[in-house]
Amino acid sequence: MEQWFPKIPIADWVDTFVNWLTVHLAVAFDGITTFLQSIVDGMVIGFGYIPSYIFMILLTLLAWKVSNKGIALFTLIGLFLIANLGYWEPMLETLALVLTAVIISIVLGIPLGIWASQKQMVKQIASPILDFMQTMPAFVYLIPAIFFFNIGVVPGVVASVIFAMPPTIRLTILGIQQVPADIIEATEAFGSTTIQRLLKVQLPLAMPTIMAGINQSIMLALSMVVIASMVGAPGLGADVYRAVTQIQIGKGFEAGLSIVVIAIILDRVTQNIGKNNKQGGNAL
Amino acid sequence: MDSKKISVRNVTKIFGKSKKALQLLQEGEPKQSILKKTGATVGVNQATFDVEAGEIFVIMGLSGSGKSTLVRMLNRLIDPTDGEVLIDGIDIVKMKKEMLRDVRRQKISMVFQKFALLPHRTVLENTEYGLEVQGVPKETRIEKAMTALKLVGLEGYEFQFPKQLSGGMQQRVGLARALANDADILLMDEAFSALDPLIRKDMQDELLELQSNMKKTIVFITHDLDEALRIGDRIALMKDGSIVQIGTPEEILMNPSNDYVERFVEDVDLSKVLTAGHVMKRAEAVSVEKGPRVALQMMKDLGISSIYVVDRKKQLLGAITASDAKEAMDRNKGIIDILQAGVSTVTPDTLLTDLFEKVSIATIPVAVVDHKQRLNGILVRGAVIGALAGNNDSINHFEQAQVETAVDQEDKEVKSHGTMVPQNPNS
Repeated sequence: MEQWFPKIPIADWVDTFVNWLTVHLAVAFDGITTFLQSIVDGMVIGFGYIPSYIFMILLTLLAWKVSNKGIALFTLIGLFLIANLGYWEPMLETLALVLTAVIISIVLGIPLGIWASQKQMVKQIASPILDFMQTMPAFVYLIPAIFFFNIGVVPGVVASVIFAMPPTIRLTILGIQQVPADIIEATEAFGSTTIQRLLKVQLPLAMPTIMAGINQSIMLALSMVVIASMVGAPGLGADVYRAVTQIQIGKGFEAGLSIVVIAIILDRVTQNIGKNNKQGGNAL
Repeated sequence: MDSKKISVRNVTKIFGKSKKALQLLQEGEPKQSILKKTGATVGVNQATFDVEAGEIFVIMGLSGSGKSTLVRMLNRLIDPTDGEVLIDGIDIVKMKKEMLRDVRRQKISMVFQKFALLPHRTVLENTEYGLEVQGVPKETRIEKAMTALKLVGLEGYEFQFPKQLSGGMQQRVGLARALANDADILLMDEAFSALDPLIRKDMQDELLELQSNMKKTIVFITHDLDEALRIGDRIALMKDGSIVQIGTPEEILMNPSNDYVERFVEDVDLSKVLTAGHVMKRAEAVSVEKGPRVALQMMKDLGISSIYVVDRKKQLLGAITASDAKEAMDRNKGIIDILQAGVSTVTPDTLLTDLFEKVSIATIPVAVVDHKQRLNGILVRGAVIGALAGNNDSINHFEQAQVETAVDQEDKEVKSHGTMVPQNPNS
């Protein structure tokens, strides 16, 4: 094969491109690194200030308020288990990593989704990029991320954002576009501007779908914590990774179990926020 | 300025590649061959009509006839490919976006087939929507929205959500929303088609009642001929994107302009369209001041056995029979002494379907009286049946002929012209 058609040097191109970026955008990357690092650090420090039992109670109350007694009970027991196993600190670090990644996904993803929902062209360009972001093995993002953002939690956050953002964008587009055509027609007929239509009609009606997207983003970000630990992100992922490299089955299971507990709490709570919105809109 | 609220001039909508198709269309090529030649679909073909201020103009056609497309071009929810749409004399087709928005906010409201309410807003918030996007202050818009809700009979429901209401009530919200911003023009796209028949009839009645107070200019789209005939002042019938006939309900029914219209209207239940006014015959009546002798003579000349009695103002007093008149004559009594009051009457706008019972049990032809109790005419069974059979001779056409009100016989010599033939000239 190679004798008829030389190998296309994609690897070389990518290397050259990444090198070029590293050199020329160093200042920008440094800025982003500092920014992300301070958000994550701020969260970890902030969470750390709260005594663990108060933190447990607060989360339990939150779970009770947005969903039901069962979830609240699970939250309480689950968090107690994590503290008991000695994974409280790593859990807070993981939470900070995931929340940072999700907040950035929301801040970037929702406006992008809105934009793409209004302009067919943007949507057509965005779709393949989103496919790429989600299907490219997440490990691959880590390599350039180390170049740009050094070792530590920041490349982990960046890789998590890239992997976790697509559902928020996609479901924002979907939510807005699935608002029935006759309702859009009615808002047009009464002389709404584009902004009015968006804020008064499309976004409120798309909210449950957008919340489902955010929920998925949270889950995907959580699924990235072990991978992020490979570039030095601290937290439960690091414990799992360490257990894997040292073949400590029991420890690995404990850390993994803690991740599962956090995942279930975050999933149920955010899922119910979405549902509550739906009911709030239609019920008494 | 004239009374034309909306003028539609040669408005055409072509879906797909329009340039070539438009040219072919203007050369008179039929829809099907344009589709074959260019792949473009003709939605509306050079529609031209005027809507007068204050009238209900119904656009009727089967699905796919282009009526919904046509009404959407009146506020440019769909942009016409060609032609002009003049609202108050101003062409909106060439208008910039911002000006069009103002027209939509202030001049034209719309009611939709599937209600198109905002599910996340209460009834009141839905009704406010049109005012809200205009930036009307909160108190004013609540006040106006409440007035509109009161008009459609939804007082007390303002804090419910659309989902909690029945279809009929949801459409009332749709109507209130359209009324709230005080636009002169109301576009109603199959507004009642999604409702079940009984509710639909109620809504039609209410619309007519509202209209009698508000005098909006209403363009009403429907596929239901009965609905069109019931509420339309004028009807435009559409087929394959073209308007095939425009006229009053009567003109459409009685003089269909082509086979299509004729086929469309042949199944109409005439008893629900025709009124007592359409089928009544001229009433011969005797003035109460006359003597029984005159009355008897009239009856003899007309070949009838009883006659209605009116006063000077032509108000109906009752009826007398020939035998009573004869007796009164012999005993030197007046008409007033033998008068039978309490005869059964109907008003001219009573539908035939509602008067069958009265006509069937009455011993003398039922009297048709207007709101001042003046005798307008009588209902003869043969004429009622003739009208139902679609016999044009049995139907009065109001345009040329108003049925003569009760004749005052004072100066006229009574002639035997029978009561079966309507008399033309209005006295």
